[in-house]
Amino acid sequence: MTDATYVSPLAGQRSTSARFGRIALRAGLYAMLILFALWYLMPLFVMITTSLKSLDEIRTGSLVALPREITFEPWRIAWSQACTGTQCEGLKPFMWNSVIIAIPGVLISTLIGALNGYVFAQWRFRGANMIFALLLFGCFIPFQVVLLPMAKMLGILHLAGTIPGLILVHTIYGLGFTTLFFRNYYVTIPQELVRAAKIDGAAFFRIFWSIFLPLSLPIIVVSVIWQFTQIWNDFLFGVSFSGPGTQPVTVALNNIVNSTTGVKAYNVDMASAIIAALPTLFVYVVAGKYFIRGLTAGSVKG
Amino acid sequence: MAPILDIKHLRKSYGPVDILKDINVSIEPGDFLVLVGPSGCGKSTLLNCIAGLEPITGGQLQIAGQDMTHVSPKDRNIAMVFQSYALYPTMTVAKNITFGMKVRGVDQANQQAKLKEVAELLQIDHLLNRKPGQLSGGQRQRVAMGRALVREPALFLFDEPLSNLDAKLRVEMRTEIKKLHQTLNASIVYVTHDQIEAMTLATKIVVMKGGVIQQIGTPAEIYNQPANLFVADFMGSPAMNLIPAKVARDGGSHRIEITRPGEAPLVLSDPRPLDLPGDVIMGLRPEDIAEAGFRAGAQVQQASCMVDMVEPAGADTYVVSSLGGRQVTARLHAETSARAGQPLDLAFDLAKVSYFAPQTGERLN
Repeated sequence: MTDATYVSPLAGQRSTSARFGRIALRAGLYAMLILFALWYLMPLFVMITTSLKSLDEIRTGSLVALPREITFEPWRIAWSQACTGTQCEGLKPFMWNSVIIAIPGVLISTLIGALNGYVFAQWRFRGANMIFALLLFGCFIPFQVVLLPMAKMLGILHLAGTIPGLILVHTIYGLGFTTLFFRNYYVTIPQELVRAAKIDGAAFFRIFWSIFLPLSLPIIVVSVIWQFTQIWNDFLFGVSFSGPGTQPVTVALNNIVNSTTGVKAYNVDMASAIIAALPTLFVYVVAGKYFIRGLTAGSVKG
Repeated sequence: MAPILDIKHLRKSYGPVDILKDINVSIEPGDFLVLVGPSGCGKSTLLNCIAGLEPITGGQLQIAGQDMTHVSPKDRNIAMVFQSYALYPTMTVAKNITFGMKVRGVDQANQQAKLKEVAELLQIDHLLNRKPGQLSGGQRQRVAMGRALVREPALFLFDEPLSNLDAKLRVEMRTEIKKLHQTLNASIVYVTHDQIEAMTLATKIVVMKGGVIQQIGTPAEIYNQPANLFVADFMGSPAMNLIPAKVARDGGSHRIEITRPGEAPLVLSDPRPLDLPGDVIMGLRPEDIAEAGFRAGAQVQQASCMVDMVEPAGADTYVVSSLGGRQVTARLHAETSARAGQPLDLAFDLAKVSYFAPQTGERLN
């Protein structure tokens, strides 16, 4: 920095080789990233191509080959005809089950999580840290551990095997994470905001509703994506606590794949799997931009 | 007139730690009370206790003649301006200002009228549709004041409102606040750690340290007759010179002897009828030491002192000399001929001297 006017004759060469090194590094980086992307996309590629092939072609052709003749028949079967045990109505009714489990589950756990986070971050009370720690514990408990007590609970509440029962389970086990998200987000908001609002005459819920919720869009998106993915992809609770007719799509998918007799319809299996995964993919594509932004969102200026 | 704020024996502790000890303050309507002290002295806690944002451990608090000791903040008839302004980030300036009225159920027409009035007073009418994030520091400050003003409270509370502004803006806003106080004749409690802010704004100053009130008085009283060494040292810039000295009776007056390195002691004589012990700390403001011939007065006494350092500051020149083992600063006129390393005749105004007991630090005269 000090002798900026003096340029050594070697400097030109040095900078040329430095530039070459930078380009090589960049190229290596991209090659690596493309390789990883291909690695990750390979199964999806196989799934999509297989789902568009006829069974004959699957038997005779190679796994990674493109379909010679594209057919949407497996998709139609997967959606409305595939057998899940004795019933042969495809994924359609179970998709709907998953939707009516996931939407209330996501909304309720997000709202309660926001309220919890608001209390933990801005209305600290004696023992708040202890209770927060216990709540976080819920994030790390393996779900297998709670299966039996939860089954008993649902029995007592007469919710066993029902959709509301599954909503309840997902709401409860989502609270750990949603509370954590909102608490960490609200902790960055200066406490003076609450004080100012108190002097302005606003009370607990008014401050939450008028001041904190409008600030929360990024973290709401994070919570919604997280919870939706968790609930939609859940298999364990779905298979444990559902009854006939209330099973979510993940359980139905399992039944389609495992309960076929005779020839395995790989194309239908693949199509079913893709259909079951589409909603989470859709949510991430639509709101993913906010997901990253919400996770990194720090202080609220103003 | 009944005091607008009356605090009696207020105590505040967090567990075993006492934050505020036996606070007694009262102010009249129209008073501008400044709480000043170093950080951690409890001044902000006291303000929060007045606001009702912190519960108090003991004592009593009245606002406008009503007991508010256990009343919630919204019912105390106060408004507060915060250090970080605490504007609601998602609301426009207009919504920020009217939020309190909306919560209280004031009707729309009234809200708009008040908003208009305050916006004009603070010259923020052109900003009403902006969000706080789009405002400069000074503008946010005005909006925060606007939010307090629409309330028309019995008492305004300011918590270090200028400390987030740059130096130039701070001086401007200081003047504005003072002007506002005069036009509205509002009663204000104002917290700051800046003693110049305290001096310029206050009609009454409370100097605090370690949760204890050190002195309550007008700016002039605090400045001229500090109650103890802490107040003497804290208020005024450059700080008051605090010089250890030996005192001997000499007829009706006191003979004051100050040691000097490598020289005969400096001897002054205070003719005021005082009762001083043998050892004192003598407090003298830099402006009460002048160049000989530039200060007149019955008690002005001259002595030659060695100049250690000369610091021109534009309007004044500060001269530092070593007296009684301390670096003593004198405030001379700008065109002084003082040179570092040469002796200079200085004039000491003994009428202005404060004496403190070395052990307790309490004022003696």
